[in-house]
Amino acid sequence: MSEFHDPSNVLNPEHADHHVISPVTYAIVFGTLLLFTGITVGAAYIDLGIFNPVVALAIASFKAVVVILFFMHVKYQSHLIKLTVAAGFFTFLVLITMTMSDYISRAWGLW
Amino acid sequence: MDNAIVAAHTHETAVAAEHEHIVLPQHRHHFETQEQQREAATFGMWLFLLTEIMFFGGLFFAYLLYRNWYHDAFVVSSNQLSIPLGAANTAILVTSGFFMALGVWAAEVKKQGLLVLFLVLTTFFGVAFLGIKAVEYHEKWEKHHIPGAHFNVSEFVNPPVNPKTGKLTETPLSPDMAQKTQVFFFLYFAMTGMHAFHMILGIGLLFWLTWRANRGEFSAGYVAPIENFGLYWHFVDIVWLFLFPLLYLINRHPGY
Amino acid sequence: MSATSYTIVNLPDQRTATLPKRNYLNNEDGLLSWLFTGDHKRIAILYLISITFFFFIGGAFAGLIRLELLTPQPDLVASDTYNKFFSMHGIVMIFLFLVPSVPATLGNFLIPIMIGAKDLAFPKVNLLSWYLYWIGGLFTLAALVLGGVDTGWTFTTPLSTHYLNTHVVTAATGVFIIGFSSIFTGLNFIVTIHRMRAPGMTWFRMPLFCWSNYAASILMVLGTPVLAITLVLVALERLVGIGVFDPTKGGDPLLFQHLFWFYSHPAVYIMILPGMGVISEVISTFSRKRVFGYTAVAFSSVAIALFGFFVWAHHMFIMGVSNYSALVFSLLTMLVAVPSAIKIFNWAFTLQKGSITFETPMLYAFGFLGLFTIGGMTGVFLGALGMDIHLTETYFIVAHFHFVMVGGMLMAFLAGIHFWWPKMTGRMYPESLSKLAAVTTFIGFNLTFLPQFILGYLGMPRRYHAYPPEFQVLNVLSTAGATVLGVGYMLPLLYLAWSLKYGAIAGNNPWQATGLEWQIQSPPLTENFIEIPIVDHEAYDYEWLAHKTAQEVTTVG
Repeated sequence: MSEFHDPSNVLNPEHADHHVISPVTYAIVFGTLLLFTGITVGAAYIDLGIFNPVVALAIASFKAVVVILFFMHVKYQSHLIKLTVAAGFFTFLVLITMTMSDYISRAWGLW
Repeated sequence: MDNAIVAAHTHETAVAAEHEHIVLPQHRHHFETQEQQREAATFGMWLFLLTEIMFFGGLFFAYLLYRNWYHDAFVVSSNQLSIPLGAANTAILVTSGFFMALGVWAAEVKKQGLLVLFLVLTTFFGVAFLGIKAVEYHEKWEKHHIPGAHFNVSEFVNPPVNPKTGKLTETPLSPDMAQKTQVFFFLYFAMTGMHAFHMILGIGLLFWLTWRANRGEFSAGYVAPIENFGLYWHFVDIVWLFLFPLLYLINRHPGY
Repeated sequence: MSATSYTIVNLPDQRTATLPKRNYLNNEDGLLSWLFTGDHKRIAILYLISITFFFFIGGAFAGLIRLELLTPQPDLVASDTYNKFFSMHGIVMIFLFLVPSVPATLGNFLIPIMIGAKDLAFPKVNLLSWYLYWIGGLFTLAALVLGGVDTGWTFTTPLSTHYLNTHVVTAATGVFIIGFSSIFTGLNFIVTIHRMRAPGMTWFRMPLFCWSNYAASILMVLGTPVLAITLVLVALERLVGIGVFDPTKGGDPLLFQHLFWFYSHPAVYIMILPGMGVISEVISTFSRKRVFGYTAVAFSSVAIALFGFFVWAHHMFIMGVSNYSALVFSLLTMLVAVPSAIKIFNWAFTLQKGSITFETPMLYAFGFLGLFTIGGMTGVFLGALGMDIHLTETYFIVAHFHFVMVGGMLMAFLAGIHFWWPKMTGRMYPESLSKLAAVTTFIGFNLTFLPQFILGYLGMPRRYHAYPPEFQVLNVLSTAGATVLGVGYMLPLLYLAWSLKYGAIAGNNPWQATGLEWQIQSPPLTENFIEIPIVDHEAYDYEWLAHKTAQEVTTVG
């Protein structure tokens, strides 16, 4: 039959990218996660005022990012996968922030 | 493309010569290449995880709202949770995730024995997590802190005195605000319960995958089920990484 | 019809034409080969039969509603029973008919073929999706048989959680399960469209039907889970009394509405977008012209999906959201109307200078253009905060959403069924009867729902089974229209079934349409293509089609 023409590279999107993450990398990530678990517990005992929840969420987000990039391989995946992950968190943030905007604004003004 | 009879288009002729061509027994006929099948499966699993993000999202929003509305009650209720148990559980779950990642590596480098070992360790730590959760839930049952007819707020209105210092162990709440501790505990049970439910499903799948791995199904190049289950397991881990500080670490700094 | 009417229908010589010897319908025999199939086309047919069944159940409830509303007094049924009528009508029509209508039937059947694939990415998940649909459907029927649910399809708290003794949890469970059916369908479409297009089938060569279903699939995957957790919370509230929506325990009933409408507004775009995809195909084919502004139509589908997530609180303007919030959501609602309007303009410009013929699918498409425009415009009226304060919870809303959902979506669905019927079955339906049905539907629809705009404007509340006597004339007109509409919907059931045995043989391409589905046999082979096509032409390329058919051999000797 004819020669195969696949300009959009539908059939092999990864194009031989079978990047295997080494156990050493995993171990470093593991250690980081344990470390930051300790940090977040410690931070809860320090009075940072309004920043306590900010710090806690920042640490949790950092841990999540590290799990996503390395344990879940996203760092070495296609742009499509990266975009998909981003889209998920974007929609989650829309749910949280836009709903919250109603509650936050209820006490404003006296219309 | 006409209705004329043409030789069937096989995947051997499909691909340019320089690409290494894998033919696995698990290759499904509607995919042109194994690579396409693997990428599609991973993409499909990520889309499923997006649905999970949005599913938990509703609970996270409810938590955010009521923590703002009833902050004092949330602080006091959160202090009822045990940090050593919660932190231990976090470490346990992270360890479980570590072993899962190593399991994926073992499948990729085709080491069957290691794969089975890592899957077993993943399962073990997952079960340990649930065990500690059961202990925590039991403690809540004993103290009448499970929302419903038997919920008891007396400890929040009249906190016990620390015998050593003579001071109250916790800020007392007005009866009104003390009732709102039930909202915290409802969210605690709903969120950790939903999380635990996902863990139980995952452990069930782990048993199945371990059995299959033991038969050599994933050590000959077909890694997609291990990879994609790993994605699910890490996602459940990430949910806990947020639940722990949000539920256990709201305000520990008066040092009660 | 008239001897002078022109038609593009091009059938093979009926004296010698037969159905293809081997096709997806006769490939395997027996009930189990259907119940355990992985073939996307068979699953589509299974869905088609299923949603038709539930459509007539929902329609029966509509009939009962209109029957009660013939008279101003609440004389046919008790008020609780009436509440059950409109609740079941809504639940069945939305979740068991409209949401799966085009995606699960036409989408399942056509998307792999349109992009040149052999099947969807996950055939077993596709079959699971159909089973989940039925399990959810059975829960819904169980709720009905056990005594019904009367919360309205919106399950609004605290009515649904604290003040009713009806089968809310059963119905909610049913909807929860159907939601997962929807999620898996959407997931399948997204992966298929991203990763299984044939060589040369770039994103911008895909038929617009694929773009629309893709956008709807994104909404299904991201929005439906929020409905799921909301229903879980309602069930927990009812069963355990957790207090999440209970003001006496510190909860907020409005939290339910935020979470519910976060899905249910995108849900209306889940319902309409696939229909819009059908309209693109039909209008192009029966104007013999490529869709005007392909890129604009493609991007507007995705824009509708994106903006659709930002406007949900326009269902809650009078419920207690803050004024600031209401203002912002009102402004955003204006924004979401723009992409829909862009599509209407593009379809209109597709028609301009086209060679228009009026076969049945085109009649439905014209109906869609007019009725969806009216429905969409009234949506903009309702999006304006000041107007909505007065019109919400009246029949104006009822009329608005029936114009977009029935005048729009259902007409698009029927257009699609008629358009692709020859491809799915290999048979043509009787054209004069189908045209009659289309016209009857159009007349019946307008008679039913135009009076409801006036009723709403005059102040008749929705979900009431009694009303002031001065509204009776309009209600009687509406019920009369509903009867005509019912006839219009019965007719296709009858003649389409008839055509399966007695209809003319359609051949590959009775409409002389572009698109990969029209280049293969009718009904298609199980594997769709004998060889995977290599695509080198744009969508709606009628010159390519003319060139190709000129070289085609269709007779022997």
